[in-house]
Amino acid sequence: MNLQDIYLISPELGIGVVAALVIIVDLLVSNKKVLPIVTLVGLLIPLFFVIQIDIDAGSKTGFSGTFQVDDFAIFFKYLILGSTAVVVLSSTEYAKKFEGHQGEYYALILFSATGMMLLASAMELITLYVALELTALPSAALAAFIRERKSAESGIKFLVLSAVSSAVLLYGMVLVYGLTGSTHLSEIGSSITAYGLETSPALLFGIVLITAGFGFKISAVPFQMWAPDVYEGAPTPVTGFLSVASKAAGFAVILRVFYTSFGLDDANIDWANMIAVLSAVSMSVGNLIAIRQNNIKRMLAYSTVAQAGYLMVGLAAITALPGGDDNAGPIGVLFYLAGYAMTNLAAFSVVIAVSNIKNNDSIESFSGLAKGYPLIAVAMTLAMISLIGIPPTVGFMAKIYLFSAAMDTGLEWLAIVGVINSVISAYYYLRVVKVMFLSDPEYKMEKSKTSYGVGAVSAAVIAMVGTFVFGIYPAPILRIAHTAVESLIG
Amino acid sequence: MFNEQLVWAIFFLPLISFALISLIIRPFFNQISVVSGPIAVLSIGASFVISIITFIETTINHNNPVGDPKNWLTIGNFELQVGILLDPLTATMLVVVTGVSLMVQIYSTFYMKNPESHHGTENQDGKRETHSAKPPDDKQEVQPAELGQPVYARYFAYMSLFTASMLGLVMASNVVQLFVFWELVGLCSYLLIGFWFHRPAAAAAAKKAFIVTRVGDFGFLLALMYLFSKTYQENINYLDIQTINDQLPGLVQAGTLGAGALTLIAIGFFVGAIGKSGQFPLHTWLPDAMEGPTPVSALIHAATMVTAGVFLVGRFFPIFQASQDAMMVVALVGGITALFAATMGLVSNDIKRVLAYSTVSQLGYMMLALGIGAYGVAIFHLFTHAFFKALLFLGSGSVNHATGTFDMRFMGGLRKKMPLTYITFLIGSLSLAGIFPLAGFWSKDEILLNSFMSGTDGGEIISLIVFVLAIMAVFMTAFYMFRALFMTFEGEFRGGSEKDPEAKPHGPVHLGESPFLMVVPMVILAVPAVIIGFIANPPGNLLGIEAHWMVHTLDHMYHLPKGEAFNIPLAAVSTLVALSGIALAIAMYKPKPIISAESIGKTLKPLHTILYKKYYFDELYEGVFVRQIYYRGIALASDWSDRNIVDRIVNIVGWLGANFGGLIRQFQNGQIQMYATVTSIGIIVIAAMFIFGD
Repeated sequence: MNLQDIYLISPELGIGVVAALVIIVDLLVSNKKVLPIVTLVGLLIPLFFVIQIDIDAGSKTGFSGTFQVDDFAIFFKYLILGSTAVVVLSSTEYAKKFEGHQGEYYALILFSATGMMLLASAMELITLYVALELTALPSAALAAFIRERKSAESGIKFLVLSAVSSAVLLYGMVLVYGLTGSTHLSEIGSSITAYGLETSPALLFGIVLITAGFGFKISAVPFQMWAPDVYEGAPTPVTGFLSVASKAAGFAVILRVFYTSFGLDDANIDWANMIAVLSAVSMSVGNLIAIRQNNIKRMLAYSTVAQAGYLMVGLAAITALPGGDDNAGPIGVLFYLAGYAMTNLAAFSVVIAVSNIKNNDSIESFSGLAKGYPLIAVAMTLAMISLIGIPPTVGFMAKIYLFSAAMDTGLEWLAIVGVINSVISAYYYLRVVKVMFLSDPEYKMEKSKTSYGVGAVSAAVIAMVGTFVFGIYPAPILRIAHTAVESLIG
Repeated sequence: MFNEQLVWAIFFLPLISFALISLIIRPFFNQISVVSGPIAVLSIGASFVISIITFIETTINHNNPVGDPKNWLTIGNFELQVGILLDPLTATMLVVVTGVSLMVQIYSTFYMKNPESHHGTENQDGKRETHSAKPPDDKQEVQPAELGQPVYARYFAYMSLFTASMLGLVMASNVVQLFVFWELVGLCSYLLIGFWFHRPAAAAAAKKAFIVTRVGDFGFLLALMYLFSKTYQENINYLDIQTINDQLPGLVQAGTLGAGALTLIAIGFFVGAIGKSGQFPLHTWLPDAMEGPTPVSALIHAATMVTAGVFLVGRFFPIFQASQDAMMVVALVGGITALFAATMGLVSNDIKRVLAYSTVSQLGYMMLALGIGAYGVAIFHLFTHAFFKALLFLGSGSVNHATGTFDMRFMGGLRKKMPLTYITFLIGSLSLAGIFPLAGFWSKDEILLNSFMSGTDGGEIISLIVFVLAIMAVFMTAFYMFRALFMTFEGEFRGGSEKDPEAKPHGPVHLGESPFLMVVPMVILAVPAVIIGFIANPPGNLLGIEAHWMVHTLDHMYHLPKGEAFNIPLAAVSTLVALSGIALAIAMYKPKPIISAESIGKTLKPLHTILYKKYYFDELYEGVFVRQIYYRGIALASDWSDRNIVDRIVNIVGWLGANFGGLIRQFQNGQIQMYATVTSIGIIVIAAMFIFGD
């Protein structure tokens, strides 16, 4: 380890230091209101380092090639830092529920984010696995953070099932290592190119197992079973964090592993078709079950399953027909992830704001929200139509991008399934809008007594503005995504 | 100094004003909403100054600083760009839009102030000639909460948004960009016509305007899609306006694009123009649009937005030119509209509606000119018309300010009370009637001359037909304008809102000149209404300005040949026709009429009724199209298909979802053993498919 290595890992070190700092401040200061402020200001430190590395353009590897910082990793570091900041902001008031453990709450979020940022840079299986566990363990603790039965259940379920998925992943890694003789992603890649995949069913099986391990992270069917229970029981900001940052990290690692090691860009095997099928199943299952949900968090849990399905369209769309853009699929994934982060965080911030006052997560608790609180009702509406994919929102642009990538790669059927699914999803997303605007308030809302929370509302507004602005002018994100994908595929 | 950013600023300044007023002042500082007026005026004032610079640089110095369009959106190989297309047409439109907008907004800072004290501003634009008028109903007088507060911020926010959209429309370098702004001005028009949305007539007029223009927009959109689909394979930048104009006619000559396709595209564009410019047969919305505040009528429904249709045809003029059939349609529709609207103006008693019909009629002139190929002349007429028509509308607002009504039957005798309003209105009327040497004379005369020449020399029968229509309209225009002038300003005062049963509420009549801030814009606008025609397009070389400078500059843009020179005999004839119209108006409407208007009205009762009822077009659309064809036909059919086809499919999907979802939910039983099992089975299935799949 030399100075260059430390420089490359400085964002992760920075965020870890901030996490420790938050715990210390929690010990010393009795007014817990400063904690989110410390966290938010502290997040500027890792942000500063990321910007610093970003300005030093070009890919750099450290720690004997196990850790790589390129435009691709930097894209995800920005995304994760941004999502973390919004989650922290939105939990400002909600964190009161955690009684004496607010410091630990913020620290755990930051630790989990550290793992995600490491994940985006990991170039070697062991590093990758450690980073993955660093992401998952704090999340399990966070899911169990409220002292009540549901939250505890959520935490345990997450822990056990994530252990199962880790086991699967590890087994796959062992197989791949045994058959290729390396844990470095690029060396695995050259070995696979040299010997070919078709000849070795064991290697194929290893890859399937690794895929399944990552599939758990992104809650794709059939590895989505944990999501509804965990999402429902976990504290709402944690749910938002899991559904956005954790999913982004999951897609980062999938793209990285598949493009570097498993030769996805060659498309010499039926990867694309297999992923396309899983994508179609994920969106259909997610959407069809979401229709029946009455709890907003559970509904959003199934919605994230469906969104994972849309995102996988971009993974399936890898070989363009003549004249198409080969990179359109992965660029679409990155763009969709960024847009989805804003949209989903807007939705979750509103859910947090509503539960701050009503302590209730049923969809009915949104009744008449538009009358008393038009601002957050508008934020929720924009989030919902963005999740459906209606302009003028970033969700619309992202879907256009992904579906046209599917068309360009000859996956017309998948694009059609995607569009039909978007229509189906309108049913349950718009139901929330309908309840907010057309139903009478369940009980009288008095503005003076309780507050939705400045933090939650400002988080919702920030995410809403992003959803709207990038829905009209998506070029900046697309440009960054483009360079990111170029650094990944080369 | 003069660079692309500066040109962009013309568009962004009003947009910033809109954002500032609507996002900051209205939600947070509504108690000081009075500052929104100055904000809007300052921003548009700055835009106006830059527009003048741009105009001079573009048309005189031939300096075009605009670079390539910027990428807005890239999806695969599809690229969408935004940019500025800066040519003499754009520069002219920029000056018109910002200039008139500036005057109107200055006027509005007083006109829209404090609706409570300014008697019945909410109600001053009361409905007149809509015959479905209900008897005064006290319930309608109940004002919603908002009207207790100043509506000032909302008004100037809309006006700024409108100005920005209109500027975006004329600057657009790309058809998609143009279409977005095209729709945005339509939205602003809707919002502003329905500005007093609590009044049923205003709400209905706003809806009508939106829906009728939508018919036209649909044609425009279809043409765009058709154009797109036809040129997609040709590998040209099929969305860039310049490219379309440069290459599409060539494609027809090369045979890659059928002449019929080009005609269809041109006609589709023209259908959009018909809707926006209130041309026959989609003219019905424009008179009703007078329900909006008067300054709105002056800006949007007289000087700027309604000219967007003319602008659109001018923008794609090379395409129209390449299609003889399309040109014929444009000329005929324009000619018919010019005469047809003028006839309805003859009998209207509402001063704003007279002006509205005259607007429709003048837009017809412009279309007619475009249709016979006199592109530069058409835009020249658009240019002069903007000034005197805005002036006339502001004058009608000023008259209303004093009398509380728009019904000319209850006006009269205002000449002595409101001398400045009278003089400016007289100037506007003379200019509109086309009397030498006012602005309207020069532009109208060129239209007549061009149609006459191409009709007689060129042997174009269409040109001859439209010439006859146009010369008849000249007579009528002069007549109805002076009828309005006499009914309003001469004779005895007939009571204003106190006598008018339909003016509600009966605000105090205070006869006297309008306040300074309302009079100044009128006086300023009166100057171009007199001289701009002569200055911009002199018949001979004048103080360094070439003869026919403006028309030639515009024509040069599309490499059109130099048009007809000034022709004294024809000018004399048209002036004579106009003067005889004025003479007849004087004879019929002077205090002691020589010819009784009533007796003529009685003799020609059926004709009068037809005109008064606007040729029953509203009844035709409402009764036949909407009630019969739409309600009984299309609506019933789609209702059936909705119930029996769409709903069935939806129900099946819902049933599937419920049952399929229920099936999966069996596994979602809360037990992690089950979850782990499902996951494991999933892995095995996927692995099996992979390994044994091929």
